[in-house]
Amino acid sequence: MKKPLLVLGALALALTTAAHAETLRFATDASYPPFSKQGADGKMTGFDPDIAQALCAAMKAQCEVLPQDFDGIIPALNAKKFDAVIASMNITEERKKAVDFSDKYYNMASRLVAREGSQVNDAWFKGKKIGVLRSSIQEKYAREHFVKLGAKLVSYGKAPESFLDLKAARVDAAFVDAAVGDVDFVKTANGKGFALVGPDYNDPKYFGVGSGIAVRKGDKALLARINQALKQIRADGSYDKIQKKYFSFDIYGK
Amino acid sequence: MIDFNMIVEKLPAFLGGADGAPMMSTSDGLQLTLELLFLSLACGLLLAVPLALMRVSKNRVASSLVWLYTYVFRGTPLLVQLFIIYYGLSQFDWVRDSWAWEYLREAYACAILAFTLNTAAYTTEIIAGQIRNTHYGEIEAAKAMGMSKWLMMRRIVIPSALRRALPAYSNEVVMMMQSTSVAGLVTLADLTGVARRVFSDTYMPFEPFITVACFYLVLTFGFVWLFKLAERRWLAYLAPRKH
Repeated sequence: MKKPLLVLGALALALTTAAHAETLRFATDASYPPFSKQGADGKMTGFDPDIAQALCAAMKAQCEVLPQDFDGIIPALNAKKFDAVIASMNITEERKKAVDFSDKYYNMASRLVAREGSQVNDAWFKGKKIGVLRSSIQEKYAREHFVKLGAKLVSYGKAPESFLDLKAARVDAAFVDAAVGDVDFVKTANGKGFALVGPDYNDPKYFGVGSGIAVRKGDKALLARINQALKQIRADGSYDKIQKKYFSFDIYGK
Repeated sequence: MIDFNMIVEKLPAFLGGADGAPMMSTSDGLQLTLELLFLSLACGLLLAVPLALMRVSKNRVASSLVWLYTYVFRGTPLLVQLFIIYYGLSQFDWVRDSWAWEYLREAYACAILAFTLNTAAYTTEIIAGQIRNTHYGEIEAAKAMGMSKWLMMRRIVIPSALRRALPAYSNEVVMMMQSTSVAGLVTLADLTGVARRVFSDTYMPFEPFITVACFYLVLTFGFVWLFKLAERRWLAYLAPRKH
């Protein structure tokens, strides 16, 4: 009786380890250009998916990059829909309670996008409507700062929706990662007459120390491999190559 | 397993506080859901009665126009209709320059417009069907009394059709209540929108969604009960005899 069980057990073990080495599933925001964007063929493209592919190459693993709306991305990670999240997610103390983070893979300030020439100071916020991404750090920061100054928040599921409403004058500003506002809106035909305005927002209390790759809490093995791979792609130049593809400036930060 | 403390703590958010109220509305959460529902049902019903009369009229043009309208709105998903009204219309400069933009710029007004047009289409067909089902005896009697066409419509056909439409209309009300949840996709924090917010703040999927599910169940129960009462009052003559 015991032997067949043992054999079965060994077989199962072999299968699971084989499966483990095969494919890593990364989730990224479904629509957060230039960091992520779903192509017409359903494939994810952008900075985040490219970094994921580079990391997997360094880890010698197969990579699958899946789209997921940002507001459900942590619960879905914890529900094991995928193994890691690479979605421009800032490393914050609050999120650390729910997931473990890798070292940062880039660090960039958040900015307001508004009509060119808007003079942003504390008085400006009174009565203004500001679009934010639901459950983003920008939303959290805005709720605790801009709302106190008299602004009203409008929450969106996807960043491009807030740009559409900004163009349609439904909101007065969108509060996003500087690179997203710049590349996906201000520099496009839609963003004519709009600019990044106001200061850089990067208070570490809210915005953390940059964006990291999230894994389920306690998944130390995968985290160590990702951190190792991150060092490797920083060193061998593949990170820079991907960065140059999307940005004309350095987004890794200090 | 289920964190009841969290549910209790977040309950006021579901009921709706003036804090997150969208423009033009008084509140979010449950209050917003009920506002959206009742306003769109009321406007939809008001539209549906004349539209149903046009639908059954002998005038080919009027009848086919209404047919086209109900076909389009019953043949496409409500979510698509809402997106076309909210994101689509705002792309045209002439819409943004018109008087209507004052309303169309607000997600709240767009949602009510979409819901109204949608429920009016279904209700039109429900009422038109019951008008066609009117017993010929009632019509003959009205004619024998010498009633004009409009008097007959007003006194006999419409009241009778509306009564008989009650059971089908109660379904429409319950379906519409569930449909209001798509409002969350155009930035409105209705019941479902609040649940999504709590979900993404706490990373807990079960508690907020089970809580809103209970809200909707209770509402459905309330509506079904109200319609039962209404049917007992206005459809008594169609009920099986008890003695």
